[in-house]
Amino acid sequence: MNLLWLIPMFPLLSAVLLIVTAGRLPKQLVAILGAGSVGAAAVCVALLANDFFADGQIRELTLWTWIALDNFTPGISFYVDGLTVVMMSVITGVGFLIHLYSLEFMADDESFSRYFAYMNLFVAAMLLLVMADNLLLLYLGWEGVGVCSYLLVGFWYRDPNNGKAARKAFVVTRVGDVAMALGLFLLFTELGTLDIQPLMAAANNQWQVGDTLPILATALLLGGAVGKSAQLPLQTWLPDAMAGPTPVSALIHAATMVTAGVYLIARTHELFLLAPPTMMAVAWVGLLTLLLAAFAALAQNDIKRILAYSTISQIGYMFLAMGVGAFSAGIFHLMTHAFFKALLFLAAGAIIHCLHHEHDILRMGGLRKRLPVVFASFLIGSAALAALPFTSGFYSKDAILLSAWLTADIGPILWLGGLLGALLTAIYSFRLVFIVFFGHANTEPDRQPGLKMSIPLILLCVLAAIGGWINIPLTEVFASPPSDHSLIAHSVEYIGIATPLLGLLIAYLLFLSRAMSIAKLTESTAGQAIQGFLRSGWRFDALYHYTLVWPFVGIARLCKNEPVDQIYNAIVCTLKWFHRRLIIVQNGELRWYATTMVFGIVIFVAMILRHSL
Amino acid sequence: MGGLQIPLEHVLVLSALLFCCGLLGLMLRRNIIFMLVSLEVMLNASALAFIAAAAKWGQADGQVIFLLILTIAAAEVSVGLGLVLQIQRRFKTLDMDAATALKER
Repeated sequence: MNLLWLIPMFPLLSAVLLIVTAGRLPKQLVAILGAGSVGAAAVCVALLANDFFADGQIRELTLWTWIALDNFTPGISFYVDGLTVVMMSVITGVGFLIHLYSLEFMADDESFSRYFAYMNLFVAAMLLLVMADNLLLLYLGWEGVGVCSYLLVGFWYRDPNNGKAARKAFVVTRVGDVAMALGLFLLFTELGTLDIQPLMAAANNQWQVGDTLPILATALLLGGAVGKSAQLPLQTWLPDAMAGPTPVSALIHAATMVTAGVYLIARTHELFLLAPPTMMAVAWVGLLTLLLAAFAALAQNDIKRILAYSTISQIGYMFLAMGVGAFSAGIFHLMTHAFFKALLFLAAGAIIHCLHHEHDILRMGGLRKRLPVVFASFLIGSAALAALPFTSGFYSKDAILLSAWLTADIGPILWLGGLLGALLTAIYSFRLVFIVFFGHANTEPDRQPGLKMSIPLILLCVLAAIGGWINIPLTEVFASPPSDHSLIAHSVEYIGIATPLLGLLIAYLLFLSRAMSIAKLTESTAGQAIQGFLRSGWRFDALYHYTLVWPFVGIARLCKNEPVDQIYNAIVCTLKWFHRRLIIVQNGELRWYATTMVFGIVIFVAMILRHSL
Repeated sequence: MGGLQIPLEHVLVLSALLFCCGLLGLMLRRNIIFMLVSLEVMLNASALAFIAAAAKWGQADGQVIFLLILTIAAAEVSVGLGLVLQIQRRFKTLDMDAATALKER
C-alpha cells in the first residue's frame, strides 16, 4: 500500500482546518493540530526512509491527473528517490522541532492559530515541491512556499515595516520566478513534457553538451533558483525577511524554503550537466555570494541579520557545490546547514524571547551562565557553521571545498574563495558567540526557555554535532561517480581544516581576549565608511533603489497623470473656453435673437453694399 | 389717371419709417402679441413699397406680390396665434423675457 499521499496530506488538512475555523478553536487543540500534523508527517517520513534504506527503490504515486490537454497531462503525482527522502526528512524532521518550539515561542501571541495555519500550509507546499514528479507541480509548491513566506514575514502586520519586508521578499523572488516560468515554457515547447524523468531523458537524447538551448533553459531555471535561494543578484530580500517571527526564519529562511533553489538544480542536474557555461555561472554566483554575504555578516549588529547573511553565504557554498558538479556534497551541506542553522535561529529566538525582544548583540553579553542551554546550542551551532573539525558542517563544507579544488582550470580560485569564506564564517560566527555570551551582562533575561523550547534545541544540537555521519542515499540519484579525493595533496586538506581554526583564533583575539584591537580601524573615517557599506549589505538596496525602484516609481507617477490624455484634455479645455464665450449669444430669449439678427443683417447688408459700390 | 400722384420717395420714406417702427416694436416690446403686431406692421410696410413701385411703373407685379404678402401675413398670424396660445398655456404669461427655458448647466 502506497501511503505517500498521507505525508503532505497531514499538514495540508491541518492548515485547512485552522484556516476555516479562523482562530475559534481552543489553543490546546490548535497546538495539537499544528504541531501534531507535522509530527505525524515526520513519523510517516521516518517509516518511508526506513523502508527506502532497506530496499533503495524509487517510489512513484499518481493520485490523479491535474490538467488534461492534448499531449500535456501533468498529474498530481509524486516521485520519491534518495534526494526526495533527504529533503522530506529535513522538512518534516526539522520542521516538527520548529513547530514544537513555536508552541512556546508563540504562546502569548493573539494570532496563535493563524501562525500554525500558515506554518502547516508552508510545510505542505514545501513537501509538494520536493515530492513533485513534474515541474508544474513543483512550480505549484514553489509558489506555495513563496506565498507562505510572504504571509509569515508579514505575520505581525500591524507594523508597516513588516508589511514592507514581506512585499519586498515576495516581489524580489517573483523576479526569479518569472525567469523560472519562462524556463519551464521553453522546456515544454522544446521537449514536449514537464515530467522530470522523461524530460531528463529527452534532453539527453535531443541535446548535445554545450548546445544553446540547454544553456538558455538552465540559465532561466537558475534565475528562479537565485531568486528563491537569495543569491546574487537577488539576495536583498532575505535580511529584511527577518521581520517575521524567529521560528519562521529558522524554518523558511534557513532550513527549507531558501534551499529550494539548490534542490531545483539538483533535481534537474542532468539538464545542467548539458550546459557547462551555466554550471560555471552557478559556481561563480555561489562563490561571489558566499564572500559578499560573509563580509556583510561581519559588520551586522542585529543577531538575526548576522544569521540571515550567514544563511545567504552558506547557500552560496551549496551553489558552489552544484556549480562544480558536486551535487551530493551540496545536498549534504543543505542537510547539515538545515540542522545547524535551524539550531542557531532557534537559539537566537530563545535569546530574543528571554531578553525582552532585544535584537542588538551589543546590548547582550554575559549570557553564558544565565542561559546555559542556549549557550550550548549556540556554541555547537556556531562550531558547525564555522566547520570546526568533527562537527556536521565540517564534513559537508570540506567535501565542497575539495570538489571545488578538483574543478578544471579555475579549481584553485574557487577553492581559495571558499577558504576565505570559511575563514570569515568562523570569525563572524564566533564574534557573535563571544559578544553575546561572554563579557559584561548588559540585559538580564526575565525568563528561561521552557521545555518545549529546550527539547528542540537539544535535539538539533545532537543533529548539528553528529549530522555529518549520516550517510545520505544519493549515489543512485547523481549518476556521476563520486570525485576521487585521494588525488588531492594532503596539504590541501590540512589547510581546509586549519582555516576555520584560524578564524576562531582571530575572533578570540579580537572579541574575547581583546589582545588585538580593531577599535582604531573601526573608529577612523574610512573604517566607519567600510562598516556602513558592509552593514547595508554592500549597498545593494540603494543600488536597486536608484536603478530600478526610483525610475519605476517615477514612470508610475508620470503615468498616473495620463500624459497622453493631457493632449486631449488641452483640446477639450480650448473648446470649453470658446464655448463659454459663445454661450452668451444662445440664451433662449426671443427678443435678443431678433435684435442680434437685425444687427447681423444690417452689418451684412452694409458690407455687401460697401463692396458693390 | 396714370402713374403715381405722390412722389415715390415720400412713399418709400413712409414705408421705411413704418418698417423701422415695426422693427423697433419687435425688438423692444416684451408681449408676444405686440411682437406679432409689429411683424404685421413690417410686412405691410414692405407691401406699401411694392404697391407704390407698381403704381410708379404701371405694372401689376407689385400688386401680385402684395396679394402674396397678405396671404403670407394671414398664414403667419394663424401659426403665430397658435404659438401664443401654447405659450400662454405653458408659461402662464405672454412676457417673452420670462418665457425662457434655456439654461446653462
